[in-house]
Amino acid sequence: MNRTQVIEGIVAGQLKPEGFMPKFSIGDTIDVHYRIIEGDKERVQVFQGVFIAEKGRGINKTITVRRIVANEGVERVFPVHSPRLAKVELVRRGDARRAKLFYLRERFGKARRLRDQRRGLKEEATA
Amino acid sequence: MPVALIGKKVGMTRYFLDNGKNIPVTVIAAGPCVVTQVKTAEKHGYSAVQVGMEDVKARRSSMPLIGHDAKAGTAPKRFHREFRCADDGEANGFELGQVLTVAALDGIKFVDVIGTSKGKGFQGQMKRHHFKGMCASHGTERKHRTGGSIGSHGTDRGHGAKIKKGKKMAGQMGDTQVTARSLDVVAADPEKNLLIVKGAVPGANDGFVVIRPAIRLFKRKARKQAGKE
Repeated sequence: MNRTQVIEGIVAGQLKPEGFMPKFSIGDTIDVHYRIIEGDKERVQVFQGVFIAEKGRGINKTITVRRIVANEGVERVFPVHSPRLAKVELVRRGDARRAKLFYLRERFGKARRLRDQRRGLKEEATA
Repeated sequence: MPVALIGKKVGMTRYFLDNGKNIPVTVIAAGPCVVTQVKTAEKHGYSAVQVGMEDVKARRSSMPLIGHDAKAGTAPKRFHREFRCADDGEANGFELGQVLTVAALDGIKFVDVIGTSKGKGFQGQMKRHHFKGMCASHGTERKHRTGGSIGSHGTDRGHGAKIKKGKKMAGQMGDTQVTARSLDVVAADPEKNLLIVKGAVPGANDGFVVIRPAIRLFKRKARKQAGKE
């Protein structure tokens, strides 16, 4: 067994089961349900936004979600295999032609909004 | 010292604790080690136990070592280390050829990990000793990364007409023995001979390290530990 296999064997038990995440791709709008622990109370917070990047493999995998709050862009990076990540839901499909949508950071107003809906329209048209 | 083990650094990864906290961990393939010699005060002048780890091809070993390991009834080992025991009684608790695994560290919360740091070659003062260097401007010429004055050594007042010994200067950095003290033991897997500790461990992956129960905790850690228990 080489080094990578040993490490993968250790973290295997910590990985989320396959199928935990619905199928979605870059550009989609998703709901991330994240457990928040305040003192001894626990509640689930939902963060909805555009899935703009994924990074890392195995246990190091993270997803970056961007949303607009009070006209200000907010990005959160979630470790996919964290026990605090309760659920991820697909809200809307978006059309993206690249793997990282960092260019959305420079977009404002409609230019930012439009792109999320295009594929939905396309699918409707073909169906 | 109860027991110490030889291990091999496997690599780093992350680990999620039950409360969702995400910590960096190092995986160490600890043991299995074989006791290759038991030293007693009576015979050797001090009490210690010597262990070896990882089989090596006989032709890569030497005749004296092959014979030494054969006495313990094992194949020649690549790496040997000796650990002092408090007295003969403790040393005699070990038998020649006895196999030590991670299970020996059972119940131990903190360990010290000793390894050989990665060699950095010949480095300047700024990298090696964290000197600040000189100004980038204000008329500084060709002296931006120097360490500055190394003291006067024209006279022999005090300590001779020489540069003070141990003066921090440029030189070989790394490739020295480094001890990472009181690392938390996150998990141990006696079946696979793996030990997972929190934080980094000196040396490159696949490098040999020595794992011993923490001799003394850092003050803050000790206080925290005392407060909790």
